[in-house]
Amino acid sequence: MKSSKQIQFSRRSFLKSSALASGGMLIGFNLFNACKPDAKVPVDISQINFNDFNAFIKISKEGKVTIFSPNPEIGQGVKTSMPMLIAEELDVLWDDVYVQQGALDTKNFKNQIAGGSQSIRQNWEPLRQTGATAKQMLINAAAVKWGVSPSECTAKQGVITNSKGETLGYGDVVLEAATMEIPENVTLKDPKDFTIIGKGTSNVDIDGIITGKPLFGLDYKEEGMLYASVLRPPAFGQVLESFDATAAKAIPGVIDVITIGEKARNFLSKGYVSWTAILSGTDKVVVIAKTTWDAIKGKKAIKAVWKDETPLESTEFHNKTLLDLLDGNTFKTMRSDGDINKSFAEADTVLERTYESSFLPHNTMEPMNFFANVSEEKIHLVGPTQTPEEVSKGVAVLLDRNVEDIHVEMTRMGGGFGRRLYSDFALEAAEISNAIKKPIKMVSTREDDMTTGVYRPATKYRIKASVKNGELTGYQLKEAAINGNMYGLIPNFFPAGAITNYQVDVANYKSNITTGAWRAPYTNFLASAEQSFFDELAETMGVDRVQLHLDLLEKVKQNPDPKIEYSPERLQGVIKLAVEKSNWGTTEEGVYQGFSVYYCHNSHVAEVADIVMKNGLPEVKKVTVAVDCGIVVNPLGAKNQVAGGVIDGIGHVMFGELTFNDGIPQSTNFDKYHLIRMGQTPKVDIHFVDSDIAPTGLGEPTLPPVGAAVANAIHKATGQRLTKQPYINHIKVEKILG
Amino acid sequence: MRTLNLKINNQAFTVEAEMDTPLLWVLRDHLNLVGTKFGCGIGQCGACTVHVEGNAMRSCLIQVSQAEGMNITTIEGLSENGDHPVQEAWKEVDVPQCGYCQSGQIMTASAFLDKNSNPSDAEIRNAMHGNICRCASYNSIEEAVKVAANKIK
Repeated sequence: MKSSKQIQFSRRSFLKSSALASGGMLIGFNLFNACKPDAKVPVDISQINFNDFNAFIKISKEGKVTIFSPNPEIGQGVKTSMPMLIAEELDVLWDDVYVQQGALDTKNFKNQIAGGSQSIRQNWEPLRQTGATAKQMLINAAAVKWGVSPSECTAKQGVITNSKGETLGYGDVVLEAATMEIPENVTLKDPKDFTIIGKGTSNVDIDGIITGKPLFGLDYKEEGMLYASVLRPPAFGQVLESFDATAAKAIPGVIDVITIGEKARNFLSKGYVSWTAILSGTDKVVVIAKTTWDAIKGKKAIKAVWKDETPLESTEFHNKTLLDLLDGNTFKTMRSDGDINKSFAEADTVLERTYESSFLPHNTMEPMNFFANVSEEKIHLVGPTQTPEEVSKGVAVLLDRNVEDIHVEMTRMGGGFGRRLYSDFALEAAEISNAIKKPIKMVSTREDDMTTGVYRPATKYRIKASVKNGELTGYQLKEAAINGNMYGLIPNFFPAGAITNYQVDVANYKSNITTGAWRAPYTNFLASAEQSFFDELAETMGVDRVQLHLDLLEKVKQNPDPKIEYSPERLQGVIKLAVEKSNWGTTEEGVYQGFSVYYCHNSHVAEVADIVMKNGLPEVKKVTVAVDCGIVVNPLGAKNQVAGGVIDGIGHVMFGELTFNDGIPQSTNFDKYHLIRMGQTPKVDIHFVDSDIAPTGLGEPTLPPVGAAVANAIHKATGQRLTKQPYINHIKVEKILG
Repeated sequence: MRTLNLKINNQAFTVEAEMDTPLLWVLRDHLNLVGTKFGCGIGQCGACTVHVEGNAMRSCLIQVSQAEGMNITTIEGLSENGDHPVQEAWKEVDVPQCGYCQSGQIMTASAFLDKNSNPSDAEIRNAMHGNICRCASYNSIEEAVKVAANKIK
């Protein structure tokens, strides 16, 4: 078992235990910042208030274990898989574990965030250390009771046994264990001894989900709560000029119509507050009503006049602007190896292609919503957010209040995909409640959600490669994006390190359309572009596309590049596994296969899409996925993440598109926005590389490669190279060969 | 405002609501039956699916006045103890990711299997096509419908 070298921490700094007045033992530990050295240790353990800890294990006198998790659950399954890590090393029966969403507030908890497919990777060691430390304290307590050395005792499934064969349950020694010195060195299990990790474990909220319990933000209610529907500008670039609320106020159930925006403008005038605070400073009209339906009806009845403040942009303008950027010379170079221009000048063959993508809304099934109750004494906020601490920080600045007065609770979330990293909806809810001094729930309709989003930015890539004497000698990737570019690590993904002359250049256009992270930010389209390009490049070079990848990776192995992010061995591993499991190259007649491989979020993935042509259009029948994400903690949850990522990816590359006309989003609801449905869904055949390496990300990495796998299969079927997404708009039906 | 008499999950309810209020919002805001979810409000996603006289219907498209006198079942009333074969199958297969759409999926599947307990793959895909799952748990939903069909048979 390799241990992660970068994790340097003292167990004292992230663990604290205490006996509970009600009996049992409470252990405080930290999620996400377990390796930070600055957690304070109280001098007197009896005075411990656990304020420096953000997660807890409670072991009762009966030996039952409750794990409080304060971290957001957006469907990625961490509420199940993270406690599994603790339970494994604590060595208890999973059936004896109860997981509870911790009662959250920024006063007592720290670092509550979900995002970037990092939860399991970053907590793999610390959470297991936590469980193992607690187990050792229980053993030490039993040893004292028996008057023997702890080394003579073992613990398994909640029972401690000594060399004479005597046993004590965890519950029998918890009170003593709570007062034990925290051991500095504990031994973690050998992966072959795992009984919980690696075993398919059901979602801990499954019973509530299948019986319709109030788990989500939209389900949250408080006595006296009113509903608020917000009328925002219809176009990006417009602001409110005037409005008439006469008709709205006549609707029974409508209590008041107000405007908000002043606090938001004041907030924006203060400069940087939080990266999540994407907020518009325009006035918005808010209908306050007794029920959600009254609020929605009231909003529809508002007659508002809008005026243009900044230029209203259309898709045609974005397309031209991004292509101009690709043709221009305003690039910033993010990585440059060798001499790219020389490689093009000396090449036998040069291949250049441009790939284009659209804005995408997140379309979480649960529309944005948030509860706020702002009073003189305190502020209570409840709802679906991936970044509760940023919500608290933002609201404190917005309403000029102390962060200590703000209490934030998180609900289960009806999807995130990046949208709930941003705090706009929570800040609006707070401004509304502050204005009327009543508890309110801000509820977005689907139309509000789709047309006032924080979108995946439209992006274009131009990729150019040079071939000399049958060798790939140069590779240049140019990116033109709306509002910002790829993050710094991406230029070190494959094929960096494999090609002598290599360059990544980026340029961007600042738009008034709000953009942000969308599942696998940047790579979600970049992988489509690069892996489509490699398919065509292999064809141009007259070599096998799979072999081309294996050969390039072989070169990386021979000339290791310390800057690259991926492992060439692990990429080769998933390629070989996908080729084997998909019966690559030997499919039945009428089935066309496309290959793609990608590294991101610290995981390595290869995919083969099998398509058939039906009525002139491609149907994806099966996608074979080979994943190397290290040890698979929860195979059941992992399978869901992999299949979900693949199908979500296919849906968006085939159908996903949000266009703008004079600043107005042209899709407003699911009648005008095509999300993939069951009838269009392939079977996802999932294979994990058998591994004893520490686990890596899984919520995102299976999505990026699938676009190219599909496009490459369509090329095999029709001869057409698809370079623009969504593909459905560009498939030429007459080009079908098969 | 009108007084309406509703029969939901074999219980009688009296609510004061405007006639045009969608059943969805009466269930959620008036009766606190929040298992029925709001997804799109235009009958496109299926998150708000309930049974009306045993048929799967979109509660966002039914005005509450039309629901008077009808037998309505929501996810909360599908079974006493969450042990309807479809619920059990969802649990066995571990279908949900975020879970938001799943009560609608379960209501669609249970009404479908009531009428066809031995469905073909194509019939299952067709029956479930109207329910969107944004997490794309479609493979698992398909499998769970089959598992449920085997339990019902």
